[in-house]
Amino acid sequence: MAVITYREALNQALREEMQRDPDIFLMGEEVGAYQGAYKVSRGLLEEFGEWRVRDMPIAELGFTGLGVGAAMVGLRPIVEYMTWSFALLAIDGIVNAAAKIRYMSGGQFKIPVTFRGPSGAANQLAATHSQALDSWFAHVPGLKVVAPATARDAKGLLKSAIRDDNPVVFLEGELLYGTKDEVPENDDLLIPLGQSEVKRPGKDVTLVAHSRPLHAALTAAETLEAEDGISVEVIDPRTLRPMDIDTILESVRKTNRAVIVEEGWPVCGIGAQIVDDIQREAFDYLDAPVVRVTGADAPHPYAYDLEQRAFPQTDFIVQAARQVCYRE
Amino acid sequence: MATRTTESNDLVGLDRETMIEMLRWMILARRYEQKTAEMYQVGEIGGFCHLYIGQEAVAVGAITPLRPDDYVITAYRDHVHGLVCGMDPKAIMAELFGRVDGCSKGKGGSMHLFDAGINFMGGHAIVGGHLPVAVGIAYAIRYRNSDAVCVCFLGDSVANIGAFNEALNMAALFQLPVVFIIENNRYGMGTAVHRAAAIENLADRACAYEGMQGWTIDGMDVLEVRRTVEAAVERAREHKLPTLIEAATYRFVGHSMSDPNYGHYRTKEEVHQFKSHDDPIKQFIETLKKNSVITDDNLDEIEQHAKAIVEEAVEFATQSPVPGADALYTNIYSGDYPSAKRRDPWR
Repeated sequence: MAVITYREALNQALREEMQRDPDIFLMGEEVGAYQGAYKVSRGLLEEFGEWRVRDMPIAELGFTGLGVGAAMVGLRPIVEYMTWSFALLAIDGIVNAAAKIRYMSGGQFKIPVTFRGPSGAANQLAATHSQALDSWFAHVPGLKVVAPATARDAKGLLKSAIRDDNPVVFLEGELLYGTKDEVPENDDLLIPLGQSEVKRPGKDVTLVAHSRPLHAALTAAETLEAEDGISVEVIDPRTLRPMDIDTILESVRKTNRAVIVEEGWPVCGIGAQIVDDIQREAFDYLDAPVVRVTGADAPHPYAYDLEQRAFPQTDFIVQAARQVCYRE
Repeated sequence: MATRTTESNDLVGLDRETMIEMLRWMILARRYEQKTAEMYQVGEIGGFCHLYIGQEAVAVGAITPLRPDDYVITAYRDHVHGLVCGMDPKAIMAELFGRVDGCSKGKGGSMHLFDAGINFMGGHAIVGGHLPVAVGIAYAIRYRNSDAVCVCFLGDSVANIGAFNEALNMAALFQLPVVFIIENNRYGMGTAVHRAAAIENLADRACAYEGMQGWTIDGMDVLEVRRTVEAAVERAREHKLPTLIEAATYRFVGHSMSDPNYGHYRTKEEVHQFKSHDDPIKQFIETLKKNSVITDDNLDEIEQHAKAIVEEAVEFATQSPVPGADALYTNIYSGDYPSAKRRDPWR
């Protein structure tokens, strides 16, 4: 097992899949000659050539549609957005075309396209470049939505996303690219879409978190164990649509308490859906209302201190867990 | 309006069989759409329904010269493009009726016809959204070293949307085998072209893209359309160069079934003028008769044949069942997907 970065894990996934299947090609702004705005596609242009690693003009709507059209006739495009904030210019291609053509054609077409790129806030990029739009995409039937938090998950889930016959929105954590993790070196690391993972077992309270906030949740779990003697189970759904809610329910039926964490805004967020699933299917197991810790309900601010305050910080998660355990 | 470059007696070297085939398609298209209007009026067809009456020369002139491995993609005024590509007229009518035997099992309706088996790629209802898709199909063609082409029809209003520039730029940049055909019917819904586009001939926008040609032609002359599209297809097939054709045409009916044929944005006189002087079917029949290609007997037979096809389609659609409740949740994903009924047990 090698310890590699999230960025390298994604690069391995892309390279291995492109070596395996000549129908897979990568496109996006700066993916080729520049080696990727975040260097995820480093070395791929040299290895695969320009028809398979295609630098695109700044035309998100255009190259998103290009991906959908190529997928309709059997290729397996990977569309990289420099950030998911820029994909807002391509919503028509993702939501109206990719997600709906199969249904509207009565199942005549498969749309095996992967839309990927960095999501969530980085450091002091302010409101237009700092947003976690996870729930926007998870809202749409026809899309699958994946948001890995670790290098291992990033590799195994990206390979599965590329092999999936449906449009997959793959949300990479912009602040996770440099994080390291043990990743198996074999090229058959496939983590199925739609499987949550228990990242830390525990018995007193369930924390659910995906993408970067997973790390805050794991840190919070250590604090709660050390300072309060609270045993925390941390679950990463990893795939937001379809979400494996059973793993979460199983945990809640054991702990009877839950805190749901996400980087996105609170209103109609991913956590709102998880709370709904829990109250509907495990209401009688709950010993406290389920609590959510989210990004601030505000456009993301620039100033350093304000920005930190806008994140779902470890301290907020600790407080929320104490609240549901009535330990305040 | 375009200057006519094809003399009406210029048969552009087509054999009799091909010309009669084209006339058959045009007459079938007209009768099919007239019947569609009728079925809409009696409530068999719902939603938005956009008819192609008056524009037949464009689809017929452009699609009939294509090869079976070529691709066609269009916007929401799509019934006739599907027909001429070779879709089953019964499956289209059943789709309009919202029945299980429709081409999309009743899930797409008038604006979203598809037939993957014959490379008819839709049927796209967001203005401009399908242009990048067409470019992707053309990208895949080159990716596979095929010499097929992709023909993309669009309305005049699409020339003003951002996706138009993005798509045409990529088509020229990557040298893709795509032919864009603007069907300029003079109005984007009710907005006259000159009130929406800051250019006289929309095809002139091609000059912004290196290697792309822009041609404005008479879209009421099916032979001119055919000859022009053949030239554009050759550029695409042989030289991987995209072309932008603007076919000047006119719809004889309202924008959709809810829009009267004339009224606020165009006059009765204008519509009458086009119907009496520019009807593409009348013009083609005159040309064919003048050149002794067809007789009145031929014409009668063609009309009877079209009528039979249309009636068979309506009969088929009428008999086809409505989709069952389970159809709601099928064809959303390819492969396994958790049941939506967990959160929605009542449906």
